[in-house]
Amino acid sequence: MTKITLDRRDLLAPLFPDHQDWLFVSGLAGSSKDAAGLTQDGANLFTMAGCMGAALATGLGMALSAPDRKVAVITGDGELQMGLGTLNTIATQAPANLTVVCIDNGTHGETGGQEGHTIHRTNLAMIAQGAGIPSVKEISSADQIAQAHDFIRTRPGPRFLWCRVLPTAPTAYKRNLNPAECRIRFRAAYLGA
Amino acid sequence: MSTHPHEEWSQALFRQFKEAGIELFTYIPDAGNARLAELAEEDNETRLVLLTTEEEGVAMATGADLVGRKSVLMMQSSGVGNCPNFLSFAKGGNFPCLMMVSMRGDYGEQNPWQYPMGQAVDKILEAMGVMIFKVDRREDLEAAATAAINAAFRNCQGAALILTQKFLGAKAF
Repeated sequence: MTKITLDRRDLLAPLFPDHQDWLFVSGLAGSSKDAAGLTQDGANLFTMAGCMGAALATGLGMALSAPDRKVAVITGDGELQMGLGTLNTIATQAPANLTVVCIDNGTHGETGGQEGHTIHRTNLAMIAQGAGIPSVKEISSADQIAQAHDFIRTRPGPRFLWCRVLPTAPTAYKRNLNPAECRIRFRAAYLGA
Repeated sequence: MSTHPHEEWSQALFRQFKEAGIELFTYIPDAGNARLAELAEEDNETRLVLLTTEEEGVAMATGADLVGRKSVLMMQSSGVGNCPNFLSFAKGGNFPCLMMVSMRGDYGEQNPWQYPMGQAVDKILEAMGVMIFKVDRREDLEAAATAAINAAFRNCQGAALILTQKFLGAKAF
């Protein structure tokens, strides 16, 4: 068994020091809090607090529609597993500008920390490889973040970064939960005034 | 070379979608969208995306809209049952979601498995705030498609163009 020492709150800032240059989509709960902490709930981030399983497909639609921009999906293991088929769809479409960062705490953190599948036998890196994602990497400690930083910038896309983290609290950040407001905010920033 | 049974109207509808600025065509294959999907694949200005489940197409429409692009999700009526939770994007977030639904289980259906979901399509779509535009006859197609396109992209909501079995014909079993 891999020893997991990575605290999720230490992950995104060193992974995305250039976060202003990216477009982000994040899945519900902890991964959206972490992403909102990274960007200060910026207009280049669309977070979710529902539609579990939709983050990958939302990011795929964005990546195909904005091929000249770097798009990253930041999502949890539970959210990702509700839409696993989208890994296949991503592999077939193969958008070079898409990166998936899965923050896997092995538990359903938002609902009381119930055990998930990855705490047992499920290996999301092998699933992503099997789906046909060309570049896949696993990290589980803070000293691997520098490699992960290079991985998502140099390896051919689409990329899948499996970040195995401790089941500790996500970033404390109160983000805007109104999807209609967040839609308008994102579009205004992207499309320009 | 034999002509596809849905050639004529598929060409017309594809042209209409393109003129509306739709670039992304997401789908789960069905007899009713087969020719339209081929046209979207062959055209250099449109992209066809094969999904694994219909709800993916709702989310892809959301991602495309965030960067100002338009899409249409094509599916058989059974796929409507896979979409409701993701239709929260349209109902709660004012995201455009244009769907083209080819019906089963509504008129002359010979496969009993198709009836339960076929008969629930309208209620499920209505429950999630999706406007319904039905096509029973060829002469209704363009007007219904225009109405669905306007509802989706001008009012920013869910809109379903529903091609009934009266229009498509029922498959023999």
